[in-house]
Amino acid sequence: MDTVRYLDDDGKPLRDIPLSEEELLRGYRALRRARHFDERALVLQRQGRLGVYPPFRGQEAAQVGVTLSLEKSDWLCPSYRETAAALTFGMPLSRLILNWRADPAGWRIPEGVNMIQFYIPIATQVPQAAGLAYAEKLKGNSAVAAVFIGDGGTSEGDFHEGLNFASVFDAPLLIVVQNNGWAISVPTHKQMKVQRVALKAQGYGIPGVTVDGNDLVAVWTVARKAAARARAGEGPTLIEALTYRVAPHTSSDDPGRYRTEDEAEAWKKRDPVARMRGCLVYLGLWDDEKEKALEEELEAEFVAGVDEADQAPEPKPWEIVEQVYAEMQPDQQAAWNYLRTGGEA
Amino acid sequence: MIAERGTRVINLVQAVNEALDLALERDPRVVLFGEDVGKMGGVFRASDGLQPKYGEKRVFDTPLAESGIVGFAIGMAMAGLRPVAEIQFAGFLYPALDQILSHLGRMRHRTRGRFTIPLVIRAPYGGGVKTPEQHADSPEAILCHVPGVKVIIPSSPERAKGLLLSAIEDPDPVFFLEAIKLYRGVKAEVPEGYYTLPIGKARVVREGGAATLIAYGGMVEVCQKAAEVAAREGVELEVIDVETLVPLDTPTLVESVAKTGRAVVVYEAMRTGGFGAEIVARLAEEATDYLEAPVVRVAGWDAPYPPFSAVENFYRPDTKRVLEAVRKVLTH
Repeated sequence: MDTVRYLDDDGKPLRDIPLSEEELLRGYRALRRARHFDERALVLQRQGRLGVYPPFRGQEAAQVGVTLSLEKSDWLCPSYRETAAALTFGMPLSRLILNWRADPAGWRIPEGVNMIQFYIPIATQVPQAAGLAYAEKLKGNSAVAAVFIGDGGTSEGDFHEGLNFASVFDAPLLIVVQNNGWAISVPTHKQMKVQRVALKAQGYGIPGVTVDGNDLVAVWTVARKAAARARAGEGPTLIEALTYRVAPHTSSDDPGRYRTEDEAEAWKKRDPVARMRGCLVYLGLWDDEKEKALEEELEAEFVAGVDEADQAPEPKPWEIVEQVYAEMQPDQQAAWNYLRTGGEA
Repeated sequence: MIAERGTRVINLVQAVNEALDLALERDPRVVLFGEDVGKMGGVFRASDGLQPKYGEKRVFDTPLAESGIVGFAIGMAMAGLRPVAEIQFAGFLYPALDQILSHLGRMRHRTRGRFTIPLVIRAPYGGGVKTPEQHADSPEAILCHVPGVKVIIPSSPERAKGLLLSAIEDPDPVFFLEAIKLYRGVKAEVPEGYYTLPIGKARVVREGGAATLIAYGGMVEVCQKAAEVAAREGVELEVIDVETLVPLDTPTLVESVAKTGRAVVVYEAMRTGGFGAEIVARLAEEATDYLEAPVVRVAGWDAPYPPFSAVENFYRPDTKRVLEAVRKVLTH
């Protein structure tokens, strides 16, 4: 199977780029914004100002490229790795900070952002995304859903059940597998015998495409085609984005226990952000001055977002038993009364 | 209001079919699906005639995959539809437990109310009709241990119809378990047309002062028969149909025990960790002052439901075992 690429490792176009200059600039900005968030979030984590955090360094293009192909009325169904996708899709930065602080204010996904939570259980979001997408079709809407999963997640039963449901019902769904080489400590070749995740699409009678996941132009272009196909009623597409998790699994992980850094170093040379910048420079659309201005803008946005997150009220113990049911039931009410009065009720 | 309507004598599966028909007719958001639900109308015919009437977009067959069915239903509910999914037998729910435990009851809580899952999962449960292995399980305790879901088990055609319509209207996920033994085993008068019954209310189905029998689903019938036998010996038993297991109507149970001082809890699931244990615990916490004897359970044995159906009647609690327990609490 061929891997779809538009840029070489330095970002030089290999063929005609089907994106406008405005799109290329918007795409680079989204990549840079995601990278800035990730770097600063790790610092916050080390300072004890964020909980366990799953970094996405190296996977920005795979997430941003797919998300840029979505409309506001579409659905984003992420796993825990997809903070870059969420940020690009319109989740306010402050909510993402709060989310990774495990603060209830961060769990409250704002109205107007059609994103389901970051999923911790593996692959359970796939049949749900198929249901979301099919419901939109039944309602006569043109919305599609994009569901993210990793290479390890494709071993789960729900990945297969979800793909099969999406296929049988022609659900307008993009199943995006970021093949980042590792399921925590288990490499892809120990996870599956097939050489390419995209081959799994054949078992469900749907198209499977492998794309260079560190090439934003390629990911965006492939995702855009898949979304158009889904909107036209032609059903789901499996997109395998070949990438690499250059960072640890989470802020608690030590990759030194299971891999050498040589591999990560090799992948750092194909960094998706640097590659896209290389593309813009090659096309005469970018320079150091613009880069500096963007960095300043992103830092200001990040600082403002953290400030906003810091304003969130402390979670209250009685919030534990709120929002269990639409109307509070007797058992939750009794617990709420107890917690609200500090244990005196 | 219900009393003023015309009634017909139908069985429980016909009552379920009527409720599904009325829900589909009333609310365009209602969709019905599961294994063999569409063209065949369900293995028990609960959806008989509904696909021709409402079309394949609203009543449809799914691939044979229970986790897929529940996950798909969760997604559809989040997108604003009102899915009613059938799991062919309650013992086939197990592949879907990840969806149920990890997501179904948590969505409202973890999104702080942004997303809700207004769906109903129906499944036939329990034994008594000589089904093959794995077809007679009573896994209600597992479902009751999931925060954020409601669990309803009706005991008659009239209750099944009204409660199912309430479950479909409910804004939260509801499990609706239907006793296979009652599907065609009992016929009763059922009101015509659309009506709902309250979720979260237990009801006294027979009044008596000697002891309280507490049951739900297929065991209510067994307790009523036991009460009839006892009455012939001059012992008046009160029978309570729990009906909604979650949220549980504890006050109605406590009120009855306050009157009788004695209670027997009857369920056909395996005894250890069964939902009856929760009922006994609540009585211990809230009715100790009234109890004149320890509460006794009558339940399935601590063994798998027997796959050799010739002896299944020795697994399911029957009148004899209920009366033995009554004697025990009366003579304590």
